[in-house]
This record gives sequence, structure tokens and C-alpha cells, in this order.
Amino acid sequence: MGEQDKVAPQEQAAPKQPWEEKPVPPELKDAREHPLAKEIAAILPDAVLEAFELAGQVTVTVPRERIVEVGRACKDRLDYKFLVDLTAVDWKERPEGRFDVVYWMHRFTDSARLRLKIKVADGVEVPSVTGVWKVANWMEREVFDMFGIYFADHPNLERILTWEGFNGHPLRKDFPIQGIDTGAAVYPDVYPPGGGPVAGEGGES
Amino acid sequence: MTSPEVVRPFPDSEEMEVSFGPQHPATHGVLRVMVKLDGERIIDAKPIIGYLHRGTEKIFETETYNGTIPHTDRMDYTAAATNNQGLVGAVEKLMGVTVPPRAAYIRMLLAELQRLSSHIIWLGTHALDIGAQSPFFYTFQEREIILDLYEEYCGARLTLNCMRVGGQPFDLPEGWTGRCKAFVDQLPARIAEWERLLTNNRIWKKRTVDVGVISAKDAIEWGLTGPPLRGSGVKWDIRKVFPYDHYNEVEFEIPIGANGDTYDRYLVRVEEMRQSVRIVQQCLAKLPDGPVMAKVPKVIKPPKGEIYFSVEGPKGELGYYIVSDGGTKPYRMHVRPACFINLQALPEMVRGLLVADLIAVIGTLDIVLGEIDR
Repeated sequence: MGEQDKVAPQEQAAPKQPWEEKPVPPELKDAREHPLAKEIAAILPDAVLEAFELAGQVTVTVPRERIVEVGRACKDRLDYKFLVDLTAVDWKERPEGRFDVVYWMHRFTDSARLRLKIKVADGVEVPSVTGVWKVANWMEREVFDMFGIYFADHPNLERILTWEGFNGHPLRKDFPIQGIDTGAAVYPDVYPPGGGPVAGEGGES
Repeated sequence: MTSPEVVRPFPDSEEMEVSFGPQHPATHGVLRVMVKLDGERIIDAKPIIGYLHRGTEKIFETETYNGTIPHTDRMDYTAAATNNQGLVGAVEKLMGVTVPPRAAYIRMLLAELQRLSSHIIWLGTHALDIGAQSPFFYTFQEREIILDLYEEYCGARLTLNCMRVGGQPFDLPEGWTGRCKAFVDQLPARIAEWERLLTNNRIWKKRTVDVGVISAKDAIEWGLTGPPLRGSGVKWDIRKVFPYDHYNEVEFEIPIGANGDTYDRYLVRVEEMRQSVRIVQQCLAKLPDGPVMAKVPKVIKPPKGEIYFSVEGPKGELGYYIVSDGGTKPYRMHVRPACFINLQALPEMVRGLLVADLIAVIGTLDIVLGEIDR
């Protein structure tokens, strides 16, 4: 016991390693003065509505109608040649527009990444950025399929992960996790002619 | 059942539309490609996906953060460790957790072994698709040893579930490092053996050189990542650009190709295997002592905010975009699937080629339908 008492204060005196302490989450900061946000504001005045930074990642909110113009300027003048990701988030009760559509861009010159965000109300069309980055084609189709956000001027806006004729948009918050009755028979009562066993005439169980 | 029939929209010409898949051994899963053909020439190809859609992103929203990890295993089922690594990395970044160095090194070990195992599957099946049957048997011998190492570490061979938010669930078992070292030390000789079967093989070269060419500019435009991007000569690897874990402490090269064809992508992946061996050897030599779990709360509850975190998976950039509302479950968790985006460039790469080349290009993109459909 005596020896333990002696050792304990020494251990406490040693500086704690970062993984032994309670984690400190990154802070959300206003990023209007961040160089990446200022670059956009410099070439497109009034385009930056909001800018935030979290853990070194800058998010710039831009008006929905100007997303193609902003994307084109980002690609041609700010060198964001690479669209890494495009997705959406459903905020069901939010008054200023139900969905966020999020664009995550990368440039190779200095490995900077920037997130663009637009707020969209339910049923409002978003201009498609497939003309700016070709890669957006399937990403926008996925967002359309999962959230029901329509993209204007998209070359081929079809469902991609669910089937054509599926009713509903699974990643909306009001879509039940159990799924919905699609009307499609899982085990049809009537088999196609010429195939399948007849009920009650032997076979399994 | 109706018999599969060929739709001929232009009966007078040689043009026809053929449904390739969804049940075809060379599609690596349930991929369907509607191919418009003029004789043997591909006029256009249209991939149709979604047959394996399980609503993973919807399920994420009903699970706790640690509960989502097993679901990521099932996306790219040939690379579960890197899937786990991306997810836990994203949550840790949002919470501000620093992982103990031993845990980070174990993660790198598992991830690089996973890259080896994924590339080994790719090499075996890609060669099999093109018609070289023997590499399949040689490569799967080595993969078996990797799976045994995983089994010893976490009990599972494919769906590993081997990482947790804040560190690693277990320390390495006794003697594991020795067995791992013995395996990776003999692997370069095996890789050389596989290369002897293929690299200068005249048939292999005829089937792969100048097939499925994509230029660096187009590769960026189509958002390719991973070996397809590096095969086109773009030196870009998340492990170097945004080093996670302790990748900045190990030495490795990024192999790149010159022509962006199937043969170059083959060379890039083979060289990547050698680099992974190097990383594993360095990790084993440097493996620090200490705890494997950081001090994280029992209930993982990241603060409000959004984060994107990506790792270099074997197939390309695998990213996780997490939106947290401050609760115990993710409000939205999106996966940036590397295969999904790489597959989008398929029509671009096969136009004007022969049907047999379509098989080679599907193989060279190294797609896993579990990740594409999620």
C-alpha cells in the first residue's frame, strides 16, 4: 500500500497523452474570412450566403439558382477540376427549404477541398452540374432516386439504385425503415406458365 | 420462363442490343450492361445497377455509430478493413479523438493486408476472365494466409468488423506479428512468380495493351480514383495527400502508369502490392507499445456538424460524409463509393472495342457490386 501511494503522484505528474484525455471536438467557426471562401467571394460577389469551417473543412452556402455558374467558375477559374462527392441531406421540418444538396470539390494544385451547399425546398428543381463535371451524372441520379430532388437539364434523370416505377424516395426521413408496399409480389401466387411445382402435389413440405 | 432473346431495334442492319448479365460470371456480381453491338464491335454500353441495393445508408441512420461498422463490412466485401477504417476515421475526426499510436499502426497493418488481399482477388479473377486460369490458383493460396491472419485477429475472415471508434477492440494475439512477417517476407517472391505468368505473356499483352484507354484529363473529368486514375499517370493517393493514421511515418512510392490502358492498370496494381508489403514490413518493425483504445465515452455522441473523411481503399477513394445532429445515431451518413464512380466511366472506355474487351475492362475497373449498390 505504502509503495502504491508513493507511485501515484508521479504518474499524475507525467503529462497526459492526447488519447488519455477526454476528446475535444472541433469548433464550428465562421469562415467568411477563410482564404478558400474569400476566393469565391472575390470572383462572384453576392454568391456566398454563409461560410462555416469545421475541422479544417470549409462549407460555402450559395444560392440554388446560381449553382451552375458557381460550379463553372470554381472549375475554370479556381481550378477545382475534380468533383469528389455530391449528395443530399433531408431536414424535414426546416422552414427555409427541406433539402441540402452538397457538392465536395477538390483541386490538385494545392490539394484544397471545398464544400458547396444549396438549400432546396421540396419539389423545386436544381440546375444540374453535369455540364460542368461529367462525374455528376450518376451522383445526381442517385440523389434523385433517394431523395426525389429533380435536376433540371440532366441528360438522363432516371432511377439508378431502385427500379423504374418504384414509388417513393428511400432516404427521405418520412420513408419508413421497414419499407413500403410496392405492389410487387415477392412470392407470386400464380407461376408463369410451364414452370414451378403445383401446390399440394408433393415436393417440399 | 421466357428464354433470353436479343432485341434488334434495327433489323435491317447488323446492329443489335444484348443484355450482358446480370447473371454472368465475368460481371463480378450482379452487374447488367446493355450493350449495343454492330457485329462484335461495341457501339454503346449502358450499365444497369441496383440489383444488390440493401439500403445501407438508410440502415446507418437507425444504428449507433459503432453499430454501423458491421454494415460497412458488407459494402465492399473484399475490403472490409478499409471500409471500417474510413468510417471510424470520420467519426473520430468529428469527435476530435486522437487514436493511440499502437492502434493506428494495427489499423495500417490490417488495411495494407486488406489491400493485398483485394488486389490478389482482382489479379486472380481478372486473369481468369481474360482466359489465364492458372494465376487464380496461385493467388488464392496467398489470400488464404491473409484470411487466416484476420481470423486469428478478430475471428472473422471476410466481414471483419475489426475497428472501433477510438481505437482497436483487441490487441494483436501472441505470435501474430511473427506470422505476419513470415508471410509478407515471402510474398515478393510470389508476386514475381505471378508476374512471370503474365507480364511478358504474349496473349496477356494482346488482350490488355491499348484496351480501355482513358486519358488523364478524362479520368479526372469522370472522377476516377485509385488504380484507374494512377494508371492514367496521375500521381495521386489519399495516403500521401491527406495522410491518416500514421501513413506519414512510413515510406512508400505511388506507382503510376503512362498510357492509361488495361495493361498499365495491371502493372500499377502489381506494384502497389509490393508497396503494401513494404508498408506492412515497416509497420511491424515500428509497432509501438501501449494501449489500443483511446479514452472515449461509452456512448459515442459526436457534436453537431458535418464531416467528410476518406481513405485510400484498394478500389479508390472511399469517403464517408457524416451529418450529426448531436444524437447517438448519425442523422445522415453517406458513402462516396469508389466503384460506383469508377464504373460510370465504363461506356467511355469500351466504345469501339470488341465484346471480349468489355470483360477485360470490367475486370480492370475492379468493381464490387456490393459497394456500387450499397
